[in-house]
Amino acid sequence: MYLTDEEKSMRDGDEGSAVAAAMDLLIRYGEALGAERLCETRNVAGTMTQPSPAKAKLVREGGWAKSFAVINLDCDDDIEIPRMKVPTCQLQHGFSDDAQGLTSYPESSIVLQGDAESYFSERGVNILATCTPYQVGNIPTRNEHCAWMESSAVVYCNSVLGARTNCEGGASTGAASLTGRIPYWGNHVPENRYGTHHIAAGVPLDGFQEWGMFGYFVGDVVQEERPVITGDIRLPDLADLKHFGAATATAGGVEIYHIPGITPEAPTLEAAFGGAPVPERLVYGEAERRAVYETLNNQGESTDVDFILLGCPHASLDQLERIARRLDGKKINADTELWVMTPRAIRIMADRSGYTAAIERAGGKVLTDSCPAMSKAAPDGTRVMATDSAKQVHYLPAILGIEGWFGTLDECVDAAITGTWRGELAA
Amino acid sequence: MTTFHGRGIVAGVVEGEALVSHETISGFGGIDPATGRIIEPRHELFDVSFSDKILVFPGAKGSSGWSGFFQSTRLLGTAPRAMVFNVMTTKAVLGAIVTRVPTVVECTPDPTEGIRTGDWVRVDADNGVVTVLRRAEAAGDTRGPRGQERENE
Repeated sequence: MYLTDEEKSMRDGDEGSAVAAAMDLLIRYGEALGAERLCETRNVAGTMTQPSPAKAKLVREGGWAKSFAVINLDCDDDIEIPRMKVPTCQLQHGFSDDAQGLTSYPESSIVLQGDAESYFSERGVNILATCTPYQVGNIPTRNEHCAWMESSAVVYCNSVLGARTNCEGGASTGAASLTGRIPYWGNHVPENRYGTHHIAAGVPLDGFQEWGMFGYFVGDVVQEERPVITGDIRLPDLADLKHFGAATATAGGVEIYHIPGITPEAPTLEAAFGGAPVPERLVYGEAERRAVYETLNNQGESTDVDFILLGCPHASLDQLERIARRLDGKKINADTELWVMTPRAIRIMADRSGYTAAIERAGGKVLTDSCPAMSKAAPDGTRVMATDSAKQVHYLPAILGIEGWFGTLDECVDAAITGTWRGELAA
Repeated sequence: MTTFHGRGIVAGVVEGEALVSHETISGFGGIDPATGRIIEPRHELFDVSFSDKILVFPGAKGSSGWSGFFQSTRLLGTAPRAMVFNVMTTKAVLGAIVTRVPTVVECTPDPTEGIRTGDWVRVDADNGVVTVLRRAEAAGDTRGPRGQERENE
């Protein structure tokens, strides 16, 4: 792989041992990928603070420097960690103190994470603490090279914002944060961004649930490829595209899609395929829609729901308003918990706008930083959960060994109030 | 002897028993690093351990936590002995690097078709060669529960 003189100098230790370790990892990674070179990035979204058993052990052995060296740089040496070279943010991590006492999530993990926040924010890491950095101020410009983790953020970054990132990991984002470099490979290369599959919605895509189910179908069909979406599309909002992308990256590994006329790199259907012949379209019809719904709901038997999870990916302010409006003046069933996950910055706006109060008066909670799947924790005794998120219903039942239901926001709110799941697929 | 030619991306030479997945593997929500088991209920290898096996699979899917979860298997002592996969993604490539096990990618013919669970396999990542040294005696016996169903389908 070609290295500039500056990159060679970083590799050779001119900027210290942590930067040298970072460059060493990027070289191993870039060569394994078959990248021709690295590219410059000034926008890194990674994870350093999330507690895990492996991390806790490393911190006991050598503090956060040890944890960062091993986990974020793949380096076993005892090195000092300097300030991040380029703007870097922390994505979602474990539960924060707002969830204290609500689950059996260990208090020691909350303390450990707080300690990590102090250590890494002193080194220039912005603690956004969300899977949706683009909702709270990290909005890359078109064509900007980024080094992001979090599959749902990666697909949003590439597809909706038209910036360029691969689906990075903890080590590659750690190395990028100290060098401002990432392999020029995959989605960074313009030719690799054109569509490969043409999928047409034969049923109306109107609303959050429909976009999530469609995303789950698309991800399953194309796996790691690049779908172009046409058909019966009603203008999606941020939440619809957030849910759609998250679902494509759950059922498959989609990192970029195009919707002609809506997403920035697809002014037309032909442009989405880069001038190559447009492939024959695969139609998502009523039968496919029903099959996805049944797949997402095949993890539920009992209709006695004891936990409703909303805000996966983290809820926008608009979504909090919708939830608050439905819960205003209502009371959640005594045997049911309702949580909404959102970034802390949006939580503050929801507090000011009265949405948090409306949700809390009904008995719900607005929580930040994490989600039950990330923290592997739900309210104690949860046996049956329900959610409006295709991603969360895919992951959480597997992670916690519980039953799960997937439906609309209205069905989730109804289940919260009645304690009973009555969801069914609308005709 | 069946041989597969590809490209070594993490150096080293090891022999071991193959565990073959025909489906992509998810890291976050897909494996438990503490036990080295596949935990995705719908997966063909659900509840099967890859620990100390030659893990032969198409590639990675799902969350960007993939590399971190496989790195955790190294740190917790449940890592596979080697990896062989064909679909190149940043997730799987970075995962192989931080798991620090010999890894060969982009093999022909397709190793998930030519290697069976239980086969004794040599992974030479220095030269990018994967070789089946000894076939499993009864392929069905060492497969995961869903793997057997697949044969009957």
